[in-house]
Amino acid sequence: MSANPAFIQLDGVRKVYRGRRADFLAVSDVTFDVSLGELVCMVGPSGCGKTTVLKILAGLHSHEDGTVRIGSNAEKFDPARDIGMVFQQPLLLKWRRVIDNVLLPAEILGLNMAEARDRAGHLLEMVGLTGFAESYPYELSGGMQQRAAIARALVHDPKLILMDEPFGALDALTREKMNLELLRIWSESGKTIVFVTHGIQEAVFLGSRVVVLTAGPARMADNFLVDLPYPRTLDMKTQEAFGDYTRRIYKLLGME
Amino acid sequence: MDDGRDKLRKWVLIIVMHLAALAAWQAWITLGEVEPYIMPAPLDTFATLLEWKTYAWGHNTLITAASVFGGFWLAVVVGVGMAVLFSWSRWLNDALMPLIVSLNMIPKVALGPIFIVWFSYGLGPNILIAFSICFLPILITTSRGLGEVEPELIDLVRTLRASRWQIFTKIQLPGALPFIFSGMKVAVVLAVAGAIVGEFIASEEGLGYLMMQVQVTLDTAGMFMAVLMITAVGVSLYAIVLLLERLLVVSDARME
Repeated sequence: MSANPAFIQLDGVRKVYRGRRADFLAVSDVTFDVSLGELVCMVGPSGCGKTTVLKILAGLHSHEDGTVRIGSNAEKFDPARDIGMVFQQPLLLKWRRVIDNVLLPAEILGLNMAEARDRAGHLLEMVGLTGFAESYPYELSGGMQQRAAIARALVHDPKLILMDEPFGALDALTREKMNLELLRIWSESGKTIVFVTHGIQEAVFLGSRVVVLTAGPARMADNFLVDLPYPRTLDMKTQEAFGDYTRRIYKLLGME
Repeated sequence: MDDGRDKLRKWVLIIVMHLAALAAWQAWITLGEVEPYIMPAPLDTFATLLEWKTYAWGHNTLITAASVFGGFWLAVVVGVGMAVLFSWSRWLNDALMPLIVSLNMIPKVALGPIFIVWFSYGLGPNILIAFSICFLPILITTSRGLGEVEPELIDLVRTLRASRWQIFTKIQLPGALPFIFSGMKVAVVLAVAGAIVGEFIASEEGLGYLMMQVQVTLDTAGMFMAVLMITAVGVSLYAIVLLLERLLVVSDARME
């Protein structure tokens, strides 16, 4: 592997928020690699720093100690155009039609709009929004809005997709459906995805690797490969191996 | 879809209710034998329109419309402009906003006589009175609208290295439009009041001035007609604002 280093390397990353009264340790001991094309889930309770790690990867936060490296000689990484983000809220601009929402990153980056429009059309098809390009966000359900947000995160063809509890606001059934959709989109697009969630089952179901963070104090507790084959199916959730993985996480989070 | 039918029903109801109110008014005066100088009947009121030249309806209405429209649009330009400046400079906002809010406590109507000392009689001072009375609601609602951006959306475009100008034109300003319009709707009513007060205290033309003139001869019908004309000026400005809103703001985002 040394000839082909990981796409993302985090080593001993630590972040402290300086408060007026006291400092708050947001993240510590975070060390893990992400290979190109991997889907890594970061799971943990509120306050464990998983969103902070995501923001450090996005270049939105600085960090005190440790190193963060994204990209390699073989796989160049341009932080301005190689990040796509999806949040818990779809954050669509309600005065723009779906297609124009998807095109927002392309506009900001000044890409060729004819090509981007073409690409956006294909992406809408890929996320299952064929025929909704000219709709306004309010005409879509929550799950459909989140699909549009995923298409928006892909439109400038970034190498890294960062997702912060993207399905956290959806009802349980829609969420399961979106999990399957995400796996399909991931395999079709071949993107590297870092996915933050507090859903333990979701993390195991989606991730090729799971990173477990704990709160109080915030630190990384585990980092393991999930040895379940893709394409994953819902009945895998009833398999023993799946249960072993989830139990492992519950234990780490002190819930067993 | 009974949308068209519903709309028709609504409009018929509006017209019928207005006509019914007029009829009730006429009936009350005729049957109640009210003295016409106390309360003119609608027919007597409209009859003053026949003496178009005597009352100079056309000229007076135009003059009033000019102060209302002038003061209103000046307030829109200045109010939105200042809100934009404030959104760009936190310092400017913190320094000036409290002062402006305090100054707003001054009853603008009381400034009328002072404006006369400063600017003499005429259209100019009336526009200023209308402006001063209606610009604050626009400033405040616009300010609020420009600040109403989800921080995560800012994170999202920051990863794309969006410029401040891009954030302003693509996200902040269109997002603030519904707020701006809600401020404008409040401002229309205030602008009409401001312009008329100006004409009451210092003017040689306009509907407010006309009212003061005909009051001397107890020409209540003329005064009533002037009030109706003033109302018409306000309604037409309001209609323009609604039309602009319809063109610029997606139905879902409109604020009542």
